Amino acid sequence: MTSATIDDAITQRIRKDIAANDVVLFMKGTPVFPQCGFSATVVQVLSHLGVKFKGVDVLQDPGLRQGIKDFSSWPTVPQLYVKGEFIGGCDIVREMFQSGELQQVLDEKGVASEVQA
Amino acid sequence: MPMSPAEIESLIKEALPDATVKIEDLRGDGDHYAAYVVSKGFQGKTRVQQHQMVYQALQGRMGNELHALALQTAAPASE
Repeated sequence: MTSATIDDAITQRIRKDIAANDVVLFMKGTPVFPQCGFSATVVQVLSHLGVKFKGVDVLQDPGLRQGIKDFSSWPTVPQLYVKGEFIGGCDIVREMFQSGELQQVLDEKGVASEVQA
Repeated sequence: MPMSPAEIESLIKEALPDATVKIEDLRGDGDHYAAYVVSKGFQGKTRVQQHQMVYQALQGRMGNELHALALQTAAPASE
């Protein structure tokens, strides 16, 4: 296999993941055991908002770890996608959560959320 | 090799000459920074686009030499 076909396979996998799930978080580690503080922060925000999401652990696949950065022209992980759209990394998600903008985006896109006590 | 705050600032200013840049060394280890960048170039851009502009200014160092840079960007408040 040439490297181009491997890249295509990864891009296809990313497209499939963000098409099949309303909310996808590409992260280091899993939602239960995040391996990085930035990933943990985004998991915390989503959990607080009661948003169901799919976590994809990029540490399981070096190709994906690089591929997701190329896909979004974004140099870091975590990366949050809602309804197929790239929302941002940890800083943006935190800022949007604090300003209430994140809840607004979720509402607008028809993603159910309910703040957990 | 970690980057110095001056290096980060000069790369950002090279790409965004009007920018006001404030860099904080969060842990004093030369490896975890926070940057606040205000530039007219951000006007009308989404946050993702604004951050992408800063990452582009850093020419691929983000995620490599530069391990952690918490970013906050804004366009100047309109007069």
